Amino acid sequence: MIWNQEFETLPREALASLQLKRLQATVDRVYATVPFYKKKFDEIGLKPSHITSLKDLRLLPFTVKTDLRDNYPFGLFSVPMSNVVRVHASSGTTGKPIVVGYTRRDIETWGELMARTLTAAGIHQGDIVHNAYGYGLFTGGLGAHYGAERIGASVVPISGGNTKRQIMILKDFGPTAITCTPSYALHLADVARDMGIDPARDFKLRVGCFGAEAWSENMRQQIEKTFNIDAIDIFGLTEVIGPGVSSECLEAKSGLHVFEDHFIPEIIDPDTGDPLPYGEKGELVFTSITKEAFPVIRYRTRDLTRLNAQQCVCGRTFVRMERITGRTDDMLIIRGVNVFPSQIESALLQIEGLEPHYQIIVDRKNNLDTIELQVEVNEKIFSDEVKKLEVLEKRVVRDIKETFGVSCTCKLVEPKTIARSEGKAQRVIDKRKI
Amino acid sequence: MKAEQISVFLENKSGRLAEVMRALGAAQVNIRALSIADTSDFGILRIIVNDKDKALAVLRDNNFTVSKTEVIAVEVPDTPGGLSKILDLLDAQKVNVEYMYAFIERHSENAVIIFRFDENDKAIEVLQNAGITILSSQEIYTR
Repeated sequence: MIWNQEFETLPREALASLQLKRLQATVDRVYATVPFYKKKFDEIGLKPSHITSLKDLRLLPFTVKTDLRDNYPFGLFSVPMSNVVRVHASSGTTGKPIVVGYTRRDIETWGELMARTLTAAGIHQGDIVHNAYGYGLFTGGLGAHYGAERIGASVVPISGGNTKRQIMILKDFGPTAITCTPSYALHLADVARDMGIDPARDFKLRVGCFGAEAWSENMRQQIEKTFNIDAIDIFGLTEVIGPGVSSECLEAKSGLHVFEDHFIPEIIDPDTGDPLPYGEKGELVFTSITKEAFPVIRYRTRDLTRLNAQQCVCGRTFVRMERITGRTDDMLIIRGVNVFPSQIESALLQIEGLEPHYQIIVDRKNNLDTIELQVEVNEKIFSDEVKKLEVLEKRVVRDIKETFGVSCTCKLVEPKTIARSEGKAQRVIDKRKI
Repeated sequence: MKAEQISVFLENKSGRLAEVMRALGAAQVNIRALSIADTSDFGILRIIVNDKDKALAVLRDNNFTVSKTEVIAVEVPDTPGGLSKILDLLDAQKVNVEYMYAFIERHSENAVIIFRFDENDKAIEVLQNAGITILSSQEIYTR
């Protein structure tokens, strides 16, 4: 299903001219209203009038996370505060958060984008949406909320946390769709089973939109089986708008359509900054072309993916980005080998019965990097025989070695000893002091 | 006839065994026999109890990973060579012991040995043919 037939299926040529017009307007706007951008343009002698085609996008300077932090809190706003109707902020695990603003029109745009996202997942008027993304400064909760209201679904604004109460509501209200992080979905399933409730049978869920953290194809299958639903990957980031930057379609479940009439995606080589062609893997970069309060110019997301320009079966003409496989900044370099937590997850979940409750502990002992994988033992993989559990540990070690060429150790731990997230799961603990 | 054992996964850290015992004690579950297998980072506690369903429920409630395992409880005379005779019988039929543990009966001169074999059914046949007494869970508890 398509929410905005006209724009989501716009022929590529018409889309390109629309993008150029909107890009030029955005560049004019930031040059005139945001001293940070004016200074950066002036430093390289760039004038807004130099942008005459979409190819000129690469003339524009990159914006990085520290630029956003340096201008905390409102330094990059492109409208006076009196025109800002809402602010959100990133979680900011280190230091100050990144603050973004929205005009009334930005909020309208965001609602439209989330309406597209939910519609792409097959959610429609008549559905009850259990929205377990956190409400507040985090963009997830309110983003999904406005989209669900826009399409006329009934929203249960449950937010994150208070899991037992969520289970009761899932059972009693009978929502048909759920929105939350993938790790929280599995946590919900765990708690439900503890309460004697079968998530596949006792809930009426049909579909879920999961995002805000990297997850693997195997985890999708696990969620789909656990809840007996379709699990759709959605993507967004606070700096760009929040959720609603790209989304999978129910028809293909193969790559996330970037809403290109609002954001221009690029893939660059993270080391050189050079743009890469479609199909090549690199760092994802976004330029917003309709936002008023907080436009971003070539914002480096640190997410690694590739773009696919092939026409999709769903009819959308937008390019698809592959599911995020890692980030340039959560990439672990273990004895010189690049390892992404998502790849480790993928390897672990190939083992029958294993659940995605794991943690990766990285340390450095005698100048050598070490990885310990802690994996919770559930009843499916538990055995009364020591040797069977040791075989399991050895299999994990061997699979990781075969996949990455790095040695690790595996430690089986008791269930529920790895901290469960109400939001994003912490998969990696890096104890190295470098 | 098979007896049922409860197996519990334990991380190798202080206080875990005590917690299992506290939970079982509070639920009035009595342990008749137990053994622990240990490695450097985990252990498996194996117990024979008076009320296995209650034990399973209370351990699950306390977030332990548990399983029910079928084992064979054999009654042997508490005299020199008692165990040897049984092992010889099984060895002759190529039945392998995965693990075993033993205790002395309260009301007789016999010992009870709990076995887990690679082929439990074959072991039962071999033992029964030789006239060895095999006990049920209930019998283990009342002897």
